[in-house]
Amino acid sequence: MSSFTEEQIYRYSRHIILPEVGGKGQKKLFEAKVLLLGAGGLGSPAAMYLAAGGIGNLGIIDFDVVDMSNLQRQILHGVEDIGRSKAESARDTIKSLNPDVRVEIYKERLTSENIYRIFEKYNIIVDGCDNFPTRYLVNDACIISGKTNVHGSIFRFDGQVTVFKPIEGPCYRCLYPEPPPAGMVPSCQEAGVLGVLPGIIGTLQAVEVIKLILGTGKPLIGRLLLYNAMDAEFREVKLRRDVNCPVCGDNPTIKELIDYEEFCGVGRHS
Amino acid sequence: MAVKVRIPSPLQKLTKNQSEVTVNGKNIRELFLDLEKQYPGIKNRLYDESGNLRRFINIYINEEDIRFLKNEDSEVKDGDSVSIIPAIAGGGCVILYRRADLQI
Repeated sequence: MSSFTEEQIYRYSRHIILPEVGGKGQKKLFEAKVLLLGAGGLGSPAAMYLAAGGIGNLGIIDFDVVDMSNLQRQILHGVEDIGRSKAESARDTIKSLNPDVRVEIYKERLTSENIYRIFEKYNIIVDGCDNFPTRYLVNDACIISGKTNVHGSIFRFDGQVTVFKPIEGPCYRCLYPEPPPAGMVPSCQEAGVLGVLPGIIGTLQAVEVIKLILGTGKPLIGRLLLYNAMDAEFREVKLRRDVNCPVCGDNPTIKELIDYEEFCGVGRHS
Repeated sequence: MAVKVRIPSPLQKLTKNQSEVTVNGKNIRELFLDLEKQYPGIKNRLYDESGNLRRFINIYINEEDIRFLKNEDSEVKDGDSVSIIPAIAGGGCVILYRRADLQI
């Protein structure tokens, strides 16, 4: 796209007027390619704000279908979407919000087989998935293929956000070298989550994505932002690159992707 | 040293629903011994069978990860805040946690 139309300039005028964005920055946003892992709790607000803000290319991967119980927090979907593919529902919502956005959907589950093919087109990955095996798979693939991972996770009233940028900062394995061992307890259970919480965390992820694209501000690289809704408290801890990290350390031992065992057989992605 | 330890929500059942408790000790090892004394059962959630801190839990003194200090020998001083931060994975439609993760 060479230049914006009058209508686009008007649409993005509140961005363009910001010296930190400007016409140049808005063009960067329009040319950016961002992949959202999951059109669920975190992916919903992230996708909507990225689309509204004029991120030109959004990929969405989700193999799940919309369920009534998703609507408590997954604001991409509505009652009429129940039973539909989340990826399709997400695409339609995004298109109705901003037809400028080119949306590509992937109705598949992320595995070591398809991850590089799906990641290839994108520069930034927004990790809003809901299980440990995918978290590790995504981390390792991002390190190996040099993609920046904007990580968000939630649990009941707690949220965590950080940015894993290969080489510049630590990765998920520097933080937690191994996933919790599978098979310790046979059954899974649903822990519950405050519906607004992914709204906060997913929106923070969108902010980080935009800063990364614009190359402005102080990204959450090497910093883990913690939010607790009950205490209405934000805190931050430092994350350091671990020289012994099995994937991004000085002598990496993980050079191929690992499909960790699923912890249980019920639904997985968001 | 009297130090405040922030307890993550999955462990708060063991600390009578308190998100922050005060324990005594000059390093992490001593703090956690006192924590176990005051709130029996918590040690098993933090340490594995071989007595090592579980790898999906990180411990911070203020903003610093103890793995980059002196691990459990990391010293604390009055007024420090110790945080126990477990890996969480949730993001979307169904938050699946094994019972072990919920309780750590």
